[in-house]
Amino acid sequence: MILLADSRTLYRSLLSSAKIPRRWGSSISQRPGSDRVRFPGAVNSKFTTDMEFINPTEVSHIPTYRVMDSDGVLVDKTRKPLDIPKEQILEWYKNMLTVSVMDVIMFEAQRQGRLSFYMVSAGEEGISVGSAAALTPDDVVFAQYRETGVFQQRGFTLKNFMSQLFANQHDNSRGRNMPVHYGQNYPRIHTISSPLATQIPQASGAAYALKLQTLQNPDIPPRVVACYFGEGAASEGDFHAGLNIAATRSCPVVFICRNNGYAISTPTLEQYRGDGIASRGIGYGIDTIRVDGNDIFAVYEAMREARRIALSDGGKPVLIEAMSYRVSHHSTSDDSFAYRARVEVEDWKRRDNPIIRLRKWLENEGHWNEDIERDTRDQLRKDVLKEFGEAERELKPPLRSAFEGVYEEVTEEVQEQMQDLKRIIETYPEEYDIRQFKDGINGL
Amino acid sequence: MASRRISSRLFHPQIHGRTYSTAAASPSSRLNLPIDYKSTPLLHHTASTLPDKLDLPASTSSKSMNLYQAINSALRTALAKSNQVMLFGEDVAFGGVFRCSMDLQTEFGSERVFNTPLTEQGIVGFAIGAAAQGMKPVAEIQFADYVFPAFDQIVNEAAKFRYREGATNVDIGGLVIRMPCGAVGHGALYHSQSPEALFAHIPGIQVVMPRSPSQAKGLLLSAIFEHNNPVLFMEPKVLYRAAVEQVPNEYYTIPLSEAEVVKPGNDLTVVSYGQPMYLCAAAIESAERALGASIELIDLRTIYPWDRQTVLDSVKKTGRAVVVHESMVNYSVGSEVAATIQERAFLRLEAPVKRVGGWSTHTGLIYEKFIIPDVTRIYDAIKQTLDY
Repeated sequence: MILLADSRTLYRSLLSSAKIPRRWGSSISQRPGSDRVRFPGAVNSKFTTDMEFINPTEVSHIPTYRVMDSDGVLVDKTRKPLDIPKEQILEWYKNMLTVSVMDVIMFEAQRQGRLSFYMVSAGEEGISVGSAAALTPDDVVFAQYRETGVFQQRGFTLKNFMSQLFANQHDNSRGRNMPVHYGQNYPRIHTISSPLATQIPQASGAAYALKLQTLQNPDIPPRVVACYFGEGAASEGDFHAGLNIAATRSCPVVFICRNNGYAISTPTLEQYRGDGIASRGIGYGIDTIRVDGNDIFAVYEAMREARRIALSDGGKPVLIEAMSYRVSHHSTSDDSFAYRARVEVEDWKRRDNPIIRLRKWLENEGHWNEDIERDTRDQLRKDVLKEFGEAERELKPPLRSAFEGVYEEVTEEVQEQMQDLKRIIETYPEEYDIRQFKDGINGL
Repeated sequence: MASRRISSRLFHPQIHGRTYSTAAASPSSRLNLPIDYKSTPLLHHTASTLPDKLDLPASTSSKSMNLYQAINSALRTALAKSNQVMLFGEDVAFGGVFRCSMDLQTEFGSERVFNTPLTEQGIVGFAIGAAAQGMKPVAEIQFADYVFPAFDQIVNEAAKFRYREGATNVDIGGLVIRMPCGAVGHGALYHSQSPEALFAHIPGIQVVMPRSPSQAKGLLLSAIFEHNNPVLFMEPKVLYRAAVEQVPNEYYTIPLSEAEVVKPGNDLTVVSYGQPMYLCAAAIESAERALGASIELIDLRTIYPWDRQTVLDSVKKTGRAVVVHESMVNYSVGSEVAATIQERAFLRLEAPVKRVGGWSTHTGLIYEKFIIPDVTRIYDAIKQTLDY
């Protein structure tokens, strides 16, 4: 690896001393008699006299990688055994269960009006937990919003979750974001923002920064960025921008698309007509794989390999399309039975989901049984409810948090506005309930 | 959007010797004369005024530069000062369509100075991501007219990043987005716009527009190193080659969010920024001569968060104000300045605050000189305000 300072000097000396004519990136000429086109835009395309349009329906669909079937049995009997310690797999299982238990409680709590909003991950716990398990703590994550398992796997605690959901004074985002817009500094998962797909080009830029930092200081271990989004978000322009720029700048980023069949009410048939999202990766020149998202082993192995590829050849992007089914409603503001049959959902719930599949594998291996399952679920439920109760009772952040953080320092204009708000509240105290905010009026 | 690939040579009026919007100036013009950048008092034609004005030691060495050279010098200084600085955008590698990044890839390598694919939302998103990991990306949007595909990334993401991250203490303060802006004689609809007011409506970003080469370098270095907030840096492209002055060779900064009183006066305050500063200076010269008034001229420099105190102090002294800018007059920077003056200097005002800006239309090719403010319109606004 050449240090930047060195490469700069090297480049300069090359320019000044060498008499070699400078070659431009786009200097490509057609060789006489060649059977291949040498247009600059497609340098290795074979000539053909057959006028044949490529029909996407006639191209075979990208296969879906799986390790175990829906009974939790390894499909390929000839493959080498899983090289994952049992303790790690049990931890994954508990992390998926935690997300699932929390989801049920919080969904219900929202229905009771105790928090303003919630989104569950039912059916997709395997994608988030399995992929996050293949990351190092120094890797950076950009997520969409249905990746609670990534937070759980990367050390976000029940207290962290509940503080954010109830927007109390311990909430990292200081009560500014809607529920489930989690974020943490380390292991870094950037705070979730609602606009879809905006995180995709950001992930490319972050990955480029990580690559540059390691290039500048080889003591920094190589890191990747993992970027999550749904198949609906992949229709945004930012998906195109993000993948294309990642490919052209050779960014060590792994894009993970959760293809769960729906974007709110819109089925994939109305989202795209190609072979899912994976087929697009190839178009951008990106290494691509489709995996069974209900199979945590497949997700983990694909992610582990994707991370290795992302750090090879000086950095390159990878696309993983993880197939699943959104078992739940889109959010607490959505009743999905308005656009899909209840029986279809029940089928998926019963027949195949990542938690049941891994549980079957664990039971087949003798690592788990009905009693442990019941005790674990009971304990998780108690843990969640305990943090729930404490978080709900906590004070909200001080009112000045509404104004701070816009700029590094509060501008004089906004300082005046804070004083104005304070005056208003003091003049009309009966109009505002500020008891739940830390320090009350002095919080301004 | 291929039109942006029109060679930047088209945007250098001197090359053609004329602009394509010719009707407004006539042989009898006494106000709408071409700006003589060689004699305008707004530029440092000699090095002697630099140390005092920019608060630099007397030993400071300087060089005559136009605006694109000063930007180039600022970028070179920044890239040399910190390896966190990166420079990218469309066609940046070969020097940029306006030559602002000339030779920088050769000097600093293609890892830190490079072309991106043609995607504005991608460029800004990429820059946000890099800044979030502690880099200082300087992203270029080829023309301010093409910043709108990145509007979502700027408004919803860049501006809100620190606020929503909260206690994680992650921010994108190293981010700077540069873009050439403003009318140039024949840029028509998509090579003329000044969208600063749109961005001034967005809490969380700083919006800056320099008027001269020395100011551009100092403000740009400030944006990159001295202020830990995302900055939109708008460069009046008509000045890239036209405005020439002495620019210090070394690293120096001009603080953001501080206006500059360019010329003191007692009877009226003119507030402006960017290229119209030259038109204001010309109009003031004529008005002072013809009307016997003493007029104060203020350069906002930073459009948001702006230096309200300097403007209010001035208007409280003069009692009259005119605000001048190129972009459309309604819902404009002028509207904000005028409303603030009205609110905070009401009892001192002796005339309504006048806004002089582009008319509320688009910049049709041959109508440019009739649409954006000229010396005559500024002169007239001064006269009306004094006569009120």
